[in-house]
Amino acid sequence: MSGSILVVGGGFSGVTAAVEAAEMGYNVYIVEKESYLGGRVAQLNKYFPKLCPPTCGLEINFRRIKTNPKITFYTMTEVESVSGGPGNFSVQIKVNPRYTTPQCNNCVSGAEAVTTEVPNEFNFGMDMRKPLYMPNPMAFPNQCVLDASAVSSGDGEKIKAAMPSGHIDLDQKPEILNLNVGAIIMATGWNPYDATKIDNLCFGKYENIVTNMMVERMASPSGPTGGKIVRPSDKEEPKTVGFVQCAGSRDENHLNYCSYICCMATLKQALYLREQSEDVEVYVFYIDIRSPGERYEKFYKRVKGDAKVHFIKGKVAEVRGGSSPGGVVLVAEDTIGGGKIEKEVDLAVLATGMQPTGATVQIPGIEYNSDGFVVPKEGIIPCGCAKRPIDVVSSAQSATAAALKAVQTLVRRAG
Amino acid sequence: MSKKVGLYIYTGDGIAEALDIDDLVKLATDDLGLEIVRTHSDLYSPEGIAMVKQDVEKEGVDGVVLAGISPRYVYRAFDFPGVVVENVSLREMVVWSHQVNPDDENADKMKEHVQELAEDYIRMGVVKVQKNESTEPFKMEQVNQRLLIIGGGVTGMTAALEAAEAGYESLVVERESELGGWAAKLRKQVPIGPDYSCLVSPIAQDLINKVKANDKIVVKTNSEIARIAQFPGEYRVSLKETGSKSEWDAPVPLTDEEKLDEKGNELSAEDQKKIYDEKNEGRRHYMDEDPNAEICGAVVLASGWKPYKPADDEFPHLAWGDPDVITNCQLEEIAKKGKIVRPSDGREVKSIAFIQSPGGSKDDSDFPYASAVTSLVSLKQAKYLREDQPKDGRSYIFYEHMRTPGQYEYFYKGLQDDPGIFLSKGDVTKVEKNSSGGLTVNVDNTLIGGSISVEVDLVVLATGMVPTTRDDAVVNLAYRQGPAFRDLDLFGGYCDSNFICFPYETRRTGIYAAGGVRRSMTIEESMEDAAGATLKAIQCLKAAEEGHAVHPRTWDFDYPHFYFQRCTQCKRCTEECPFGALDDDEKGTPKLNPSRCRRCGTCMGACPERIISFNDYSIDMVGSMVKAIEVPDDDEDKLRLLIFACENDAYPALDMAARKGLSWTPLARIIPVRCLGSVNVAWVKDAMSSGIDGALLLGCKFGDDYQCHFVKGSELSKTRMGNVAESLNSLGIEAERVKMEQVAIDDYKRIPEIINGFMDEIFELGPNPFKGF
Repeated sequence: MSGSILVVGGGFSGVTAAVEAAEMGYNVYIVEKESYLGGRVAQLNKYFPKLCPPTCGLEINFRRIKTNPKITFYTMTEVESVSGGPGNFSVQIKVNPRYTTPQCNNCVSGAEAVTTEVPNEFNFGMDMRKPLYMPNPMAFPNQCVLDASAVSSGDGEKIKAAMPSGHIDLDQKPEILNLNVGAIIMATGWNPYDATKIDNLCFGKYENIVTNMMVERMASPSGPTGGKIVRPSDKEEPKTVGFVQCAGSRDENHLNYCSYICCMATLKQALYLREQSEDVEVYVFYIDIRSPGERYEKFYKRVKGDAKVHFIKGKVAEVRGGSSPGGVVLVAEDTIGGGKIEKEVDLAVLATGMQPTGATVQIPGIEYNSDGFVVPKEGIIPCGCAKRPIDVVSSAQSATAAALKAVQTLVRRAG
Repeated sequence: MSKKVGLYIYTGDGIAEALDIDDLVKLATDDLGLEIVRTHSDLYSPEGIAMVKQDVEKEGVDGVVLAGISPRYVYRAFDFPGVVVENVSLREMVVWSHQVNPDDENADKMKEHVQELAEDYIRMGVVKVQKNESTEPFKMEQVNQRLLIIGGGVTGMTAALEAAEAGYESLVVERESELGGWAAKLRKQVPIGPDYSCLVSPIAQDLINKVKANDKIVVKTNSEIARIAQFPGEYRVSLKETGSKSEWDAPVPLTDEEKLDEKGNELSAEDQKKIYDEKNEGRRHYMDEDPNAEICGAVVLASGWKPYKPADDEFPHLAWGDPDVITNCQLEEIAKKGKIVRPSDGREVKSIAFIQSPGGSKDDSDFPYASAVTSLVSLKQAKYLREDQPKDGRSYIFYEHMRTPGQYEYFYKGLQDDPGIFLSKGDVTKVEKNSSGGLTVNVDNTLIGGSISVEVDLVVLATGMVPTTRDDAVVNLAYRQGPAFRDLDLFGGYCDSNFICFPYETRRTGIYAAGGVRRSMTIEESMEDAAGATLKAIQCLKAAEEGHAVHPRTWDFDYPHFYFQRCTQCKRCTEECPFGALDDDEKGTPKLNPSRCRRCGTCMGACPERIISFNDYSIDMVGSMVKAIEVPDDDEDKLRLLIFACENDAYPALDMAARKGLSWTPLARIIPVRCLGSVNVAWVKDAMSSGIDGALLLGCKFGDDYQCHFVKGSELSKTRMGNVAESLNSLGIEAERVKMEQVAIDDYKRIPEIINGFMDEIFELGPNPFKGF
């Protein structure tokens, strides 16, 4: 039972890998760059196909962390470098200041002390937040964050003065720590593919084009619109919605692979919309509906059974402004009948795919493939979406398997 | 032993402004008789923690009640050895959720309600700590460290090798005469990394060699499970020759229908026993011990799948029954032997049509039990033909949806450049024998436009993989609740989990499914799954060794205790346990198997005699909390509502509601519970007899997509509360005073509405008629 395991990334996969390894009796460190654990799934409204809230499983896993002293976690922390080898890695991490202390978990008075507001990144900028804030309503750890920009402006002092003494610490500095671990689980997850890169889909050009992740935030009761999916232009509920599948995926100019989850996510979001409004019409433009296996096929059938959800086989090639105010026209190649299909909708949703974080940020000492997925080596074990694009269930399996691989490395090295 | 309880009241975050703290201190010292009562404006700061620590060390405080913030936010900081800590949520459950507007005309009244709310929660918190008994974990004499792995295919072999790599021995049981399973019958496998244009050699032989060479692995071929008896840490496994009968075959309990006579009335116990004995003739009682059993500590179920074989009259439009219309598995068998030849005449095949979806233009579903695997297999087999016939081999794949998720897309893309592989969406409407002895495939709505007909030598149906658990219990558990996994019908016969976040969790502790038996998976996915299941199995051994629960209450070292002297053998606990943790003797007295138990408390909730309790969560503890609520007996404005809330979902939702400033009636008193399944109707009856006016239970969604982490807790609770309401009715208390609602953790807007709505209903009914008696 000697040796420690480092889990890089505290999202769904990282948290799973960490608790599973710790429940084998090993010491585990989690390093997470955001200010909270939970990662991408914390932003989701519901999981497909059960339509259950992700916070339910997170709550259990957070309790497993709280009750297990073998787990040490660092938020707002980045891995700077990895050296050494299996059984004896040396990992340098940088813990960025939060400018608050652990007892700071209610920051209303501090937040109200200043007028500054910044776009709320948790909600993809769809609303604003104060520089002192709780990262999300179910955040774990339940500790507020003060923006570094506020510390350098006068806001920091005002906020500090308005908060109970000892809750704000403007003197915190980045801290460099070295961890000695026997194995490293890479659970660095994914980012939604940057929709602004897909020129022909005009994200950013027309206001009423959003991404699927933005829809998740809108659908969430704690989201920027209180649970309503609305058009950004007029905050009205849309009467027609078009989903653009493979927005950037299966496309050699963007992501060459299939992102796996976007078909199922769209089916789920079609249900959100149909639950929201009895007369909303949903159009799904697709190449293939990838709902493989018994449970997903059943889910697809359920959505297909709704007469107001229309499936159109054709990849959207062009988007332009519509004739109605705020309307968006989706133009697709009709792969069956030939020619073009045009459909004007109130709201267009780009089903953007997942890009591994390794495509944009790489850790020195870790090897990545050309897509940015982590290449496994002895003692360096990728899991979840750092390994391949997968859904939540498969991520749990992958993370649990990674925990065993990490344990094996320690067992082997202990001789 | 009685505890020395210290109460620490947090006065920050608006608590001191909203409540009369001196009054609370007085309550604790005078009424509750506590010697140590302190307040602190920053209780959770290092200074606050030091203050409590000092009392623990110097004053001998061994019960700490922190009246301040939600228990969900307090961890580790107040962990002192041997000290019970209880968090009373004054901030969320009292102050934030009940903000009094001083301009309101009822402000004074409201303040009084809120103060009483705080008082009750403190009374309840103190009694909860006082009733918390210290506990000793259940330790088995010996925990067997070997894994039983059912199935010697790729998944099972991988599990055995992964276990060995982690230092654990295993016993692999394989039905066939050879290891390898379906993966050993393949010609080639789909590539999972670059170069995606080349098929790769099957991995199975390599695994077989490794398994045979590994001294930590024992393999029994030609064998299957007669029964698995006992519990994690000491499973007694009776093996038998494949297909044979054994006296150790696990007996099968009567189904609900079998317990009834022709008129639908329940048969007498003797008659049921007769039918049971007939049904299980030649089988030993489930509690009998096989002296020759193999001992194993935990189980990985990797029994895999079998090919879907269409019925003789199935798919007539696809000419199923023609010798040259075969399934993908049949093609694999031919291809493994050499060049692909036609079954009807043995001639080398030059052209194949692969059909992914049988439904023509009416239904775009793939074949039953199909998945991404069936798409990938057709692509792979199309390539076999190109390898066999590089000059003029032609493969056609007609699909509705090509399912090559993730990086498998690269393999699909690679094939698109092959001029001998023709891929098209299309509705296959008919397959028929043609005059040249081949088959004509008619396809509508193809990508090249309109309808086409192609003539081929062979037609292959991309049929799916049927899990072995669909038709067979496989694990054959000698359990009171029967030999098979439960809920298999929810997953089409797959031995899957209903939990997205916890896919290894099922209703049978210590047995973890992996690979094709749980879901249709590729070889790569099955191998990863095998490693995951192996980890869970090893964890289960560790839990049994240390005496704590497995998921989800891994931190829990307590377990249910039975006061058998008062047991009436009603069997409710044995039958209702969602995890089949309880067996029984001939008389029906329950026998707990602690290492199978998940500590949900469903047995405690089930017991009409109230003889099942945990040391740190008991009938007496919660009953005393209910009785600690002060019930004014002469004030019609001060009715009382008792709420039992699931601690994992409903309670955090209430925290969230409070944080958002949402409000609910201050007349409600909330008790978080492990699971609604643990709520004993006695608590509700106690509440009613002490004059509380209504009881509301907030639990998780049940039904096919259940969200209850203990599977059946909330559903059972609904039934039980229905029954208690009836019996209350007979005492003159309206049945409407007891209600169960299904909520989720993100329902924080809805839950306050539910509470207030129910409170309104209670006001309509008026005070509990028992009030004051």
